[in-house]
Amino acid sequence: MSQTIERPSAPSDERLAARSPLRKLLGRPEIGALVGAVVLFVFFSLVADAFLRASSFSTVLYSSASMGIMAVSVSLLMIGGEFDLSAGVMVTTSALIASMFSYQLTLNVWAGVAISLVVTLALGFLNGLLYVKTGLPSFIVTLGTFFMLAGLNLGFTKLITHNVATPSIEDMDGFEQARSVFAANWTIGGVQVNISVLWWIVFVAIATWLLLRTRSGNWIFAVGGSASSARAVGVPVTRTKIALFMGVSFTAWFYGMHILFNFKSVQSGEGIGNEFFYIICAVVGGCLLTGGYGSAIGAAIGAFIWGMTSNGIVYAEWNPDWFKFFLGAMLLAATVVNLVVRRRAEAGQ
Amino acid sequence: MTARHEAGRPSLVELTGVGKRYGNVIALRDITLQVNAGEITCVLGDNGAGKSTLIKIIAGLHRHDEGVFRVDGREVAFGSPREALEHGIATVYQDLAVVPLMPVWRNFFLGSEKRKGSGPLKRLDIGFMRGTAKEELLGMGIDLRDVDQPIGTLSGGERQCVAIARAVYFGAKILILDEPTAALGVKQAGVVLRYVVQARERGLGVVFISHNPHHAYPVGDRFLILKRGRSIGYHTKDEITLDELTAQMAGGAELDQLAHELESAGVKGAPELREEARDLGASD
Ligand SMILES: Nc1ncnc2c1ncn2[C@@H]1O[C@H](COP(=O)(O)OP(=O)(O)OP(=O)(O)O)[C@@H](O)[C@H]1O
Ligand SMILES: [Mg+2]
Repeated sequence: MSQTIERPSAPSDERLAARSPLRKLLGRPEIGALVGAVVLFVFFSLVADAFLRASSFSTVLYSSASMGIMAVSVSLLMIGGEFDLSAGVMVTTSALIASMFSYQLTLNVWAGVAISLVVTLALGFLNGLLYVKTGLPSFIVTLGTFFMLAGLNLGFTKLITHNVATPSIEDMDGFEQARSVFAANWTIGGVQVNISVLWWIVFVAIATWLLLRTRSGNWIFAVGGSASSARAVGVPVTRTKIALFMGVSFTAWFYGMHILFNFKSVQSGEGIGNEFFYIICAVVGGCLLTGGYGSAIGAAIGAFIWGMTSNGIVYAEWNPDWFKFFLGAMLLAATVVNLVVRRRAEAGQ
Repeated sequence: MTARHEAGRPSLVELTGVGKRYGNVIALRDITLQVNAGEITCVLGDNGAGKSTLIKIIAGLHRHDEGVFRVDGREVAFGSPREALEHGIATVYQDLAVVPLMPVWRNFFLGSEKRKGSGPLKRLDIGFMRGTAKEELLGMGIDLRDVDQPIGTLSGGERQCVAIARAVYFGAKILILDEPTAALGVKQAGVVLRYVVQARERGLGVVFISHNPHHAYPVGDRFLILKRGRSIGYHTKDEITLDELTAQMAGGAELDQLAHELESAGVKGAPELREEARDLGASD
């Protein structure tokens, strides 16, 4: 019988071995989404021949951007510990305001764009202020503003245009210029690419830099992780939260402008329900529903998953009615994965 | 009720006859206390004795209604914790200290981030903050394997130590610790107590709240014992032993009451118990 001599390992050894690079990678919030995206990509490539065509890929990217731009700011807000259920209809509100002001007052469209920016930012500020002043959960406060905006969108549009949609602003001054900023289409190598895809990537990059490299980012994580601790060490909690709501309203304005200049007219009932898709993108991308954890890149991957799934189902020639079922299942799976991640992070494993 | 006064230099914090009411509840009455640089002042007492109320006055969360509160010899009444911080008074709460999911170094600098660059490119000086956090913690004897790990993965005691190291680094002159050892095991409590002593050796004045005399006695220089909002003893270490401190905390009056009950029940030894209570000077 051979004898093995058990040596008590030195305390420093035990410490060094504790965190391998692989562990570190697995600890990133977006890793689950990345794996999911790769799996879905391979899956749809196999089941849908049309999926791998360049034109399909550009469609997938466009759909992803249409969720992704809002998912950027919604993920920041969620890391900061809050929800905004008014995010979906606020996009429509913003587009309606720009369209209505330009058309009814026969102004240059840029005037409408500017007014819309001011009003939409004010709406975000109002959401933040209501949350801060009432102390109610942001879920409730923004549920209220969600219904109010949805009602105002329809009410005002019918009152002013006697229709549920706004008239086309295609012929107005400045339209082409604004379109080239918010909704230009380029053909690159025979494939159409919309500028919104580029803007989406720019926003993700800015948000990532903000989160990881700036003081504001530190504060966002802190107010979401533990608002009372953050306050105790001098973080301006109120200001940070209001700024996050305004971030959501900023991207709502931006995406609203894309819709307006891409489609020329705005449907006043649009946007309802999208707020949940934004939240799903953020959660699938690793944001915790409880705040304090997540990433903008993760939310982008979440949006890309959304784009792949919503179009992949069509390319596979399945009935698109099933899409929402997949979406719900994905949300549940992601939430469970996130829960495990958080337990590990908090309980020291 | 002795209060040794250092000749010449004023105490960092000095309370004289301080009282506090919450509506008609008298939470504190006639409290006198000094905190000197390089000394640990322990505040002991049972639940509801007024310990937290006392430190909330010093930390700027509440204003006192009676008496005089001096910092560095000048009379003050703080309106907010910020004002207290500006006077170098840092408070470490058991659970209010950190954001669990954030890395250790981010927690260390939270609220006082070091930045570099300018304009829109102004950004966190991550290298500096990481290095400094590691160094400062090492300086207090905490050897972390990785300052990037979420602070929630540290043990309760280690977390407490990070909060203390942080207060020391940001130039606190007075450190207030509200029951830092209450939720900790024997070993962990020992670790925290060692850092409390280190903070004293760096020349800080420490206010240490506890209801455990076994934690307070070994590290403390002065002991204030509270009971129902009143001071029932204020001693320097050389005036009191651990046993006396424990007995006084348990409450001379209670012992007296107990003696009464035992006596009427005809138990032998009750008079001695009563005698002891009287010796402790708390039978009123
Ligand atoms: N905000 C308040 N309003 C009214 N009464 C209060 C308030 N805060 C404390 N009290 C009362 O003042 C007394 C002292 O409370 P305090 O919190 O200072 O006790 P403590 O010694 O810290 O007790 P513990 O060991 O349980 O923490 C208690 O009787 C308490 O009920
Ligand atoms: Mg207390």
